[in-house]
Amino acid sequence: MTTTLPPSSRDVYRDIVTESLPADERLVCLDSDTGLFSGVDWGAAADRYVNIGIAEHTMMGAAAGLAKQGRVPFVNTMAAFAASRAVEAVKIDIALNNLPVRIAATHSGVSAGHLGPTHHALEDLAAMRALPNMTVVVPADAASAGELIRQAIALPGPAYLRLGRNATPDLPAGPPIELGKAQVLREGADITLAACGAYPVLAALEAAELLRQEGIEAGVLHVHTVKPLDTAALAAAASLTGIVLTVEEHWHAGGFGSAVAESLTGLLPVMVHRVAMPDAFVPVSGGQRYLLERAGITGPAVADRARSALEGYSERPSDRGPADPWSPRRAAPPMGWRWATGGRSLQFKHL
Amino acid sequence: MSSSTCTLPSSTHADLAPVTHRIREHIVNMCAGPEGGHVGGSMSLVEILATLYFRVMLVDPRLPGLPERDILLLSKGHGGIGLYATLCEAGFFPERELADYGRQGSHFMAHPHPEVPGVEMPSGSLGHGLAIGIGCALAARLDEVPRRAFVVLGDGELQEGSVWEAAAVASAQRLDRLVAIVDRNRLQITGETGEVCDLEPLADRWRAFGWRVREVDGHDVEELTEVLSAPPEPGTPTVVIAHTVKGKGLPFVEGQTRSHYARLGERQHRQALAALRASVRKVRR
Repeated sequence: MTTTLPPSSRDVYRDIVTESLPADERLVCLDSDTGLFSGVDWGAAADRYVNIGIAEHTMMGAAAGLAKQGRVPFVNTMAAFAASRAVEAVKIDIALNNLPVRIAATHSGVSAGHLGPTHHALEDLAAMRALPNMTVVVPADAASAGELIRQAIALPGPAYLRLGRNATPDLPAGPPIELGKAQVLREGADITLAACGAYPVLAALEAAELLRQEGIEAGVLHVHTVKPLDTAALAAAASLTGIVLTVEEHWHAGGFGSAVAESLTGLLPVMVHRVAMPDAFVPVSGGQRYLLERAGITGPAVADRARSALEGYSERPSDRGPADPWSPRRAAPPMGWRWATGGRSLQFKHL
Repeated sequence: MSSSTCTLPSSTHADLAPVTHRIREHIVNMCAGPEGGHVGGSMSLVEILATLYFRVMLVDPRLPGLPERDILLLSKGHGGIGLYATLCEAGFFPERELADYGRQGSHFMAHPHPEVPGVEMPSGSLGHGLAIGIGCALAARLDEVPRRAFVVLGDGELQEGSVWEAAAVASAQRLDRLVAIVDRNRLQITGETGEVCDLEPLADRWRAFGWRVREVDGHDVEELTEVLSAPPEPGTPTVVIAHTVKGKGLPFVEGQTRSHYARLGERQHRQALAALRASVRKVRR
């Protein structure tokens, strides 16, 4: 069965910028030879779309100069380059000056797939959320991307928008998306699954469904704003369940799970467990979902971690995910996934 | 965007010598403070900054945020005390505030911070200014105002790859309102730029990147005024290579690597002020 997928968050971003630029003369779009806007007819806004070339540091600095003069720039590049190569320009030129630059970082996590570790961005949340003034947003599907990007335009300071590469399934309907507020997708009193990013949220939802069949009620929080983190929602959920399990497409160090652990420490007695990408560069080719499955970011794997947490294990070796997910001896997971998303099933091919 | 009026501080400053002398005294005084300072690279900048603030740029210390003002980006952030001294002389803040430099709790740090009135952008990590200047020049083009962005670079700073990345982008974008000024004092912390990582042929490098190149004596305010006031060459950014002497004005460190950073003790402080005054008398004779 082939399912028609919604637009990717990257496409949503392109469409919003394409529509918004002619309508709002403060907006400027700086591109870095990504080709995302190929063929767009900017009309009267043509002089406010500037393809800087393959020069990400310069693009960030130029965006700072434009913002300093009253413009609201969007900059467009891959997450690996926005949050690593150009990070000093983001820190000093943009964040230090608290300038309203919108950094649209596509191909985040392992969504660049077979393009390899140079193009994966598994450290970007750590880098960006460390920066004062920076808002860090991770839309999990096309609808949330649309909402969050539009809301981010109005922010007074800088924003990092962590976007994917290809389309990802829609999340089930939930409360309205509001920047800075965690979205409660599912109530549950036994354990809280707090997830960030497209496939982590889907894995959390699937895990909750699997756990429900065993009589375990897991709440699911879709946390799309990593900074400022909705500590109130997390604390409310944690005070109910006492256990929070975070799920993210980022290395363990410094990402979403770290942010949750940092924010809850000292607030209330709670166990925070974390599912994240193993501390290794990805040495194998594969699409985003294939790599996530090998890394243990799936519904069944998250359900396992939840059971283990409920059994009182604070940290077993197996709780850190597969021992060596990238070992050539490890069997490749079966292709073709089935996500349970709020009662609906979606099956799709490996992209 | 706005149409408020602006008074140039002084295209009327016929003689900049008293101004540059006071700027140098301020620098020396700051270097005698608790933390010392980047004396060499600030002294080499004095005529460049004085010419910009007192003869060339449209700035008004009473309206530091004036939208149509020209922008100065001190990309070589270690010239911070030279910038503070110049901003003070230009009227951005009272002289007594310079005494705060390097003291606990003061906004006056070795590298410029925008908390200091007149400082447009923070700098100190090298290789950032030209890219920001590109953004300012792009904004000027979009706003259809004749605002210029002046970016002062150190010659050692040109070893940063990001400078050349920005240099290529600036000419590709035909930013003729962007003016880079290289403080070519030929020294960096560990020695001569030519020994650490040679920059020559410097003018040819800039030309190859599509820039109009002017070379001047960076201590000659008349030459500086002429090239910095010249109309832009349509579609081409301009770089002014200003040949300077690191530590200019202090005979005991002039042209020496050790002038890079110094904390002047009491005796050296007196000696430095005396040397500056002697050089003024020499000029007057």
